[in-house]
Amino acid sequence: MSQLFDPLPLPKRIFNAALSAIAFSLAALALVPLFAMLWSIFTKGMPHLTGDVFTQLPAPAGMKDIVNGFANAVIGTLLMVAIGSGISLPLGILTAIFLSEFGKKTAFAEVMRFLISILSAAPSIVVGVFAYGVIVLPLKGFSAFAGGFALSIIMLPIVSLATEEALKLVPNSQRLASAALGAGLARTTSRVVLARAFPSILTTALLAIARAAGETAPLIFTALFSQNWLESVMGPSASLSVLIFNYANSPFIEQNNLAWAAAVILVGMVLFTNLLSRFVIRKRLQAW
Amino acid sequence: MGNFSEQSYRSNRQSFTDTGNVQDLLSHWSDRGFQGLTFVAALITAAVPFWMSALIFQQAQPAIAKFGLSFLWTQDWNVDQNIFGALPYIYGTLVSSAIALVIALPIGVAVAIITSEDVFPSWLQSPIAVVVELIAAIPSVIVGLWGRFILIPALAPLQEFLFGHFKWLPIFNTQPFGPSMLMAGIVLAIMILPTIAAISREVLRAISQDLRNGAFALGSTQWETIWHITLPAAASGIFGGASLALGRALGETMAVTMVIGNVTGIDVSLLSPGNTIPALLANQFSEATDPVHIGALMYLALVLFLVTLTVNALAVVMVRFLTRHA
Repeated sequence: MSQLFDPLPLPKRIFNAALSAIAFSLAALALVPLFAMLWSIFTKGMPHLTGDVFTQLPAPAGMKDIVNGFANAVIGTLLMVAIGSGISLPLGILTAIFLSEFGKKTAFAEVMRFLISILSAAPSIVVGVFAYGVIVLPLKGFSAFAGGFALSIIMLPIVSLATEEALKLVPNSQRLASAALGAGLARTTSRVVLARAFPSILTTALLAIARAAGETAPLIFTALFSQNWLESVMGPSASLSVLIFNYANSPFIEQNNLAWAAAVILVGMVLFTNLLSRFVIRKRLQAW
Repeated sequence: MGNFSEQSYRSNRQSFTDTGNVQDLLSHWSDRGFQGLTFVAALITAAVPFWMSALIFQQAQPAIAKFGLSFLWTQDWNVDQNIFGALPYIYGTLVSSAIALVIALPIGVAVAIITSEDVFPSWLQSPIAVVVELIAAIPSVIVGLWGRFILIPALAPLQEFLFGHFKWLPIFNTQPFGPSMLMAGIVLAIMILPTIAAISREVLRAISQDLRNGAFALGSTQWETIWHITLPAAASGIFGGASLALGRALGETMAVTMVIGNVTGIDVSLLSPGNTIPALLANQFSEATDPVHIGALMYLALVLFLVTLTVNALAVVMVRFLTRHA
């Protein structure tokens, strides 16, 4: 009986204890950054998040005690994300339909998938350089449109690949049932396949939008920045992300504070979308 | 069921030639049009990488013509005299990413073990995984903001300690003043941690339970099984994940440029500021007007694109190959 409960030999015990300790402390360390970031953003940003920030223009650098805001940056971000979505959502969803419904396992579709995954791996700054070459150089000017175009290139591979995954999850029996009732390909795909995959496509779109809203690198030399209200889609535009970058590097404390306030909005939006897609929409999908 | 589309096509075509029915004709052509539309969309999407590389290559021509390949190993970057060499930026990009990988790999694998093996209660596993994965959702510029105002001051004692006690090592022999290559590496490590943790977790979960049971049956403890059996079996998959993470680190821009100091030059000391290709692009592009300057920046973007593509393509091939054989 005593033998059954013999303790492990000492080296084994040390080995186990040491590996446990290392793994747990490293994993604990991994939890620090997210909470540390959220805590600083919240404590440093909330006090400066007044109603003014949504209605006022940024105050000139170095001016104290006057109303300060970034309403133009909110508008700029919304506009450029809208342009990006307007290009990338239709194009990406149609691409996904081709890959999942028509291309399937053919070598041609595999090559396309590989190219799209290459696009998703392109550094966002390179996407910015591309948009600069495509729009800013020929038109000789920074513009909100160039920024929106850059964001669409960022979103395109995300939308295409994730939508394809969503479409592939639709059971083939549903396509066959639709075909058996006399529906053609276009009708089957739009009324049955897309409708069934709609919640996951919506999730994908939201995640891509959240990602685009936080992107900075593709915007700094396409949309540039502006202290004023947006005048035209073909003119430079402020955005929340570039505002954070510029104002974080500013020597003026008011501008630093405004950067933290903008960070609250951006992070709040991004985390909200992520958690929403993770819990709410996924649960609904399972319930189907 | 794979050729459902062809079948339904054939039947559609059949019916409209048989009866000449207008509705069938319409349905046939709308199906054709729909398929063609999706095909064109997919072609456009797949063509973007070619368009991108061709355009950047073409715009880089002024610099490629002037400096050729020697651009890659010369060190001067002088905007006034139009002399450009990329070596300090290539060096900074590689070194900061290497630091990030060295830090993030053990931590990421530890998170993967804790969240996939039975060493931890399962109800705690997915919250931990979610907390780590959510880091990836934080916009890069906000990580940079946090790095600049919170992390650098918080880690100032660490940099001072390294300088104070290890300055006989060339990598720690400069007086730290805040932004540095080391800080860039640490910030990058935080940003690639989710990639490494998530992929390692998938790989560990894909490993057959039989392997573990065999080790247990031979008297291995939980950690012996992980260390001697599971991790070696997962090593190549984890390596693939690390390569994907490396690809991310090489191209990361905003967070790096906010903590690296943006000083041109090669200094072996990790405590001195540096610069990377993405950081330089972010800082100079909007002000560049001379075609040779723009060309040199485009050349840098091309180099960065090619390097990240190679690293990513290798990683994708590796991960695909391994999951197929797991």
